[in-house]
Amino acid sequence: MSDTVLYGIEAALNGLMTGVMYSLVALGFVLIFKASGVFNYAQGVMALFSALTLVGIQEGQVPFAHLINAIFGTNVQNFGWEVPALLAIILTIGVMILFAWLVERFLLKHLINQEPVILFMATIGLAYFMEGFGDLMWGSDIKTIDMSMPMLGLPEGLPQGGSFMIEDATASWGGDGFYGFFIDRLDITAAIIAIILVITLTVFSQYSKTGRALRAVADDHQAALSVGISLRTIWVIVWSLAGVVALVAGVMWGAKSGVQFSLSLITLKALPVLMLGGFTSIPGAIIGGVIIGVGEKVFEYIVSASWFGDAMGFTMNATENWFAYVLALIFLVFRPQGLFGDKIIERV
Amino acid sequence: MLDDVQTRETLLEVTNIEVIYNHVILVLKGVSLSVPKGGITALLGGNGAGKTTTLKAISNLLRAERGEVTKGTITYRGNPIAELDPATLVKTGVIQVMEGRHVFEHLTVEENLMTGAYTRRDGGAAIRKSMDLVYEYFPRLRERRKSQAGYTSGGEQQMVAIGRALMSNPETVLLDEPSMGLAPQLVEEIFTIVKDLNQREGVSFLVAEQNTNVALRYADYGYILESGRVVMDGRADDLRENPDVKEFYLGVSEEGRKSFRDVRSYRRRKRWLA
Repeated sequence: MSDTVLYGIEAALNGLMTGVMYSLVALGFVLIFKASGVFNYAQGVMALFSALTLVGIQEGQVPFAHLINAIFGTNVQNFGWEVPALLAIILTIGVMILFAWLVERFLLKHLINQEPVILFMATIGLAYFMEGFGDLMWGSDIKTIDMSMPMLGLPEGLPQGGSFMIEDATASWGGDGFYGFFIDRLDITAAIIAIILVITLTVFSQYSKTGRALRAVADDHQAALSVGISLRTIWVIVWSLAGVVALVAGVMWGAKSGVQFSLSLITLKALPVLMLGGFTSIPGAIIGGVIIGVGEKVFEYIVSASWFGDAMGFTMNATENWFAYVLALIFLVFRPQGLFGDKIIERV
Repeated sequence: MLDDVQTRETLLEVTNIEVIYNHVILVLKGVSLSVPKGGITALLGGNGAGKTTTLKAISNLLRAERGEVTKGTITYRGNPIAELDPATLVKTGVIQVMEGRHVFEHLTVEENLMTGAYTRRDGGAAIRKSMDLVYEYFPRLRERRKSQAGYTSGGEQQMVAIGRALMSNPETVLLDEPSMGLAPQLVEEIFTIVKDLNQREGVSFLVAEQNTNVALRYADYGYILESGRVVMDGRADDLRENPDVKEFYLGVSEEGRKSFRDVRSYRRRKRWLA
């Protein structure tokens, strides 16, 4: 096989993994959008906030340390203990559930029956509030996530770095310039976790009583109310679920590039994923993410290659920045409900 | 059985309620009615008379539409229910079937029925039993149980909506405009089943209906609503014989068709009603 093709495949594989990361964020959107019709702009910030909280709890950081020090002239930073990763994860999930409850109590409850755009604006406000709040609570420095969980057989934390196994196994496929496929093990872990997450969520929403209620609420708020499904409970449940998904996304992205505030910008990358996969489909979020991840990497690889330049007379760079949006635009024109979005049921 | 309507235990008692939407729009201006146990009570009137609002005031779905009951009381078995949320009310045994069916389109027929049992805590076996009962009354739903509800016909959707409400094991069903958009034959079919449910299962109904003719044939007692007020009430038989009801709601008149001038005189004559 020629090296060009092999490098193309490598680009595709890496895109696949990046795509899974996009999917993780998109998944949180879909959950909330399905159940409440709210496009939750704060999903990315939720990922950031949950990752910050996780690291903060793990390292025994004192919340609001800067604030406390500024007011009381003290110098507290740390409780001086370290919380094991597994326990910290459980505590963070608790925080995200509390957060979901607060959002329902102080935001959604007052916006019942309002226009979607008003709810959307509210989530933009929420996003900026949380970004500031996260900063105030945990500080703004870039943090690293340490996910060592001996109990789960991960004493070193999440596997990271290139997989030598794959590299060695594939090195002989190409010529001298080819050293085998480079695939980050973290990406593989992320993919596996995403798959488990999707299967769990799908089974939950298809076969559990609460899941059925979630789908009922997604279809018709009023009717759900009329049969005695409490919208407020359902909203707390979906926001909690979205919080957990955000945590997973936050941990994965955080492990990849450090927990920093630019994490909240992945919201913007999830948007085209949703347009592709459909705003209401859980598998759609995953497949949309994968298509965009692979698409942008492969497209970039092709149009920036010299053989492409020879054939076409021009090359393009930095296409990753806009490729996803253009693809989304095309979908908006030809298939507005996305690949897997709920069909708009029209009876004749 | 019509004679003992008055002596029956009263389940639902609405006294002089006023409903305002969005803090400004007055929709109900003092509506009172009562629903006896084991009866079918009809709430009649034209478009915008306040039938749906009355039902939603009872089932407490109003608040989700920014409406509120500003005056009067609503009691169920003597207990005030105005402050209960819809979920608690469903547990108490009062459930509303909304106008225009409102089935969960992307859920299958059977899943739709299952959502009706959301508030029940009496175990899977009891819920299965209710499901069988619903299928017994609506055999057509059993055939279509795996279809997405959004793709079933209008009549089937109405059956899903009623069946879904029955799954909550209700004592009283508030049925809003079951005839809407259905062929006359289907309307009869639905009302026959409602009557059946009422007599064999002892479910009480409060039916809001524009189709006065059909509703009065199946109901025991009727209230006529006009622009937010009850203008007349009485036993269904009496209402059907009442010359005004005959003329204005059933379209039967001894003098034949009316011209527009007579419609104006109708307005004058009607004043006694208000």
